[in-house]
Amino acid sequence: MTTPSTKPALKLDGIYMDHAATTPCDPRVVEAMLPYFTQNFGNPGSRNHSFGWKAEAGVDKAREQVAALIGADEKEIIFTSGATEGNNLAIKGAAYMYEKAPAGSQKRGHIITGTIEHKAVLDPCKRLQKEGFEVTFLSPPKDGVYTAEMIKAAMREDTILVSIMWANNEIGTINEIPEIGKLCHEHGAIFHVDGTQWVGKMPTNVERDNIDLLSFSGHKLYGPKGVGALYVRRRKPRVRLTSLFDGGGQERGFRSGTLNVTGIVGLGKACEIAMQEMDYDGQRLLALRQYMEAEVTKHLDSCEVNGHATKRLPHIANISFGFVEGEGLMMAIKDIACSSGSACTSASLEPSYVLKGLGVGDELAHSSLRLSMGRWTTKEEVDFAVKKIVEAVKKLRVMSPLYDMHKEGIDLSKVEWAHH
Amino acid sequence: MAYGPKIIDHYENPRNVGNFGTSAETKNRKDIGVGLVGAPECGDVMQLQIKVNQQTGLIEDAKFKTFGCGSAIASSSLATEWLKGKNLDEASAIKNTQIVEELSLPPVKIHCSVLAEDAIRAALKDYKLKNGIAVPQEEHAH
Repeated sequence: MTTPSTKPALKLDGIYMDHAATTPCDPRVVEAMLPYFTQNFGNPGSRNHSFGWKAEAGVDKAREQVAALIGADEKEIIFTSGATEGNNLAIKGAAYMYEKAPAGSQKRGHIITGTIEHKAVLDPCKRLQKEGFEVTFLSPPKDGVYTAEMIKAAMREDTILVSIMWANNEIGTINEIPEIGKLCHEHGAIFHVDGTQWVGKMPTNVERDNIDLLSFSGHKLYGPKGVGALYVRRRKPRVRLTSLFDGGGQERGFRSGTLNVTGIVGLGKACEIAMQEMDYDGQRLLALRQYMEAEVTKHLDSCEVNGHATKRLPHIANISFGFVEGEGLMMAIKDIACSSGSACTSASLEPSYVLKGLGVGDELAHSSLRLSMGRWTTKEEVDFAVKKIVEAVKKLRVMSPLYDMHKEGIDLSKVEWAHH
Repeated sequence: MAYGPKIIDHYENPRNVGNFGTSAETKNRKDIGVGLVGAPECGDVMQLQIKVNQQTGLIEDAKFKTFGCGSAIASSSLATEWLKGKNLDEASAIKNTQIVEELSLPPVKIHCSVLAEDAIRAALKDYKLKNGIAVPQEEHAH
């Protein structure tokens, strides 16, 4: 049974289809936070007066709300500044705590991750590699879904940590998390999951799903920016981490620093709402996404929906529009906020490493749009977006020398291009 | 990316989009020079065609098609405007820096102007080769 939504009205200034980047705060979240800026402003570490107690009560409640969303005990929740910190703490903290060298090796232990993880996982892994750990970066199959079989093939005697995201931020593909978790536990490896795009959108239970460490951010689930949580398993096995911040010993020593009380209260509220409404939101957004993909591909030839056909998050569509460049396309649909895998939209001038990693080819990576919908996205907005996209692609194809060549039957991969 | 008004104008109202026939047709026309530069995997491909009046030696028309970002489209649109009415020497004197200045291209988009200059040179070279006109050494570089 789907619980009907009780969401309050929220009129955004423009059509926002970039919810995988960030979401607006739910007005109910803002309302819950407000008293903690003024009346309940105390430091939860102040144990001797009511200001501190009120703040602590707010944090305690939030901890219960967060734990309930993921099927954890509240003692297993560490508040962080967001998923980047959570990923760093989980990966580096576990690597430093569990490092072990196989007999005769100078290395510090083996870590498995994927090449299309978020940078906040890849870069900590690369740093550990420089520090003497061995890291296997597994390439994904063309559909983008990591299976337990793939992890099993990479597992070694000295594997201490496996870090795989639950769902990919660019293409929304869903990995085989419960199965990978089971495998890790059989091998005695710690299993970290970057759940940033998943938690709050899809049912989560750290026990059922065999997860040891789970990081996520408030601002992807209609909570505030600058706050997140890391789940750290306390039993079977009890996971320990080397902390990255030293100081006042907050969060059971895992994460020193005065708690971001307003943010934490907001995250808690966002988790409570997510628990009540994720079924409703998920079913509604899945129908909208399938409708959008079907409409776009019905009206345009040479379009490709990237990622696995069905194992994808309800709200993220990633589509390559052949022979049209992504940034140019975004300029033509400037009423619609979305993102592209095109190099021209990135600081590095490199096209999306995620799409390249899937073997989509640089050309189609340059031609991709990510449209990600959310709690307040309407069918009318989807219709408008489809109409604008179809018009823009047709207009840009009239301007595209590649589309002409394609129609003339020239194989673009056989042309000798003047690289620059 | 926040663009200046001239880029947006050329992007929204591109001048001289098109060609003078399919690639097979233009290949056999001596009055047409075709430049095709860039590569799909780099995210920019420009095709620039010039039509030269063989009596006067002036470029009487120019057309472009571009796969690329807004700046690439604007740079090639501007190039076609500037080419019309010029003789071959004047055309080969067009520099990417002039395009940067005219469109106020941001630093990360300077390569779009370089590509437009390359496209002009490639089209001129193609025309000269078809008509037995000596191609200056520097133009071979492209």
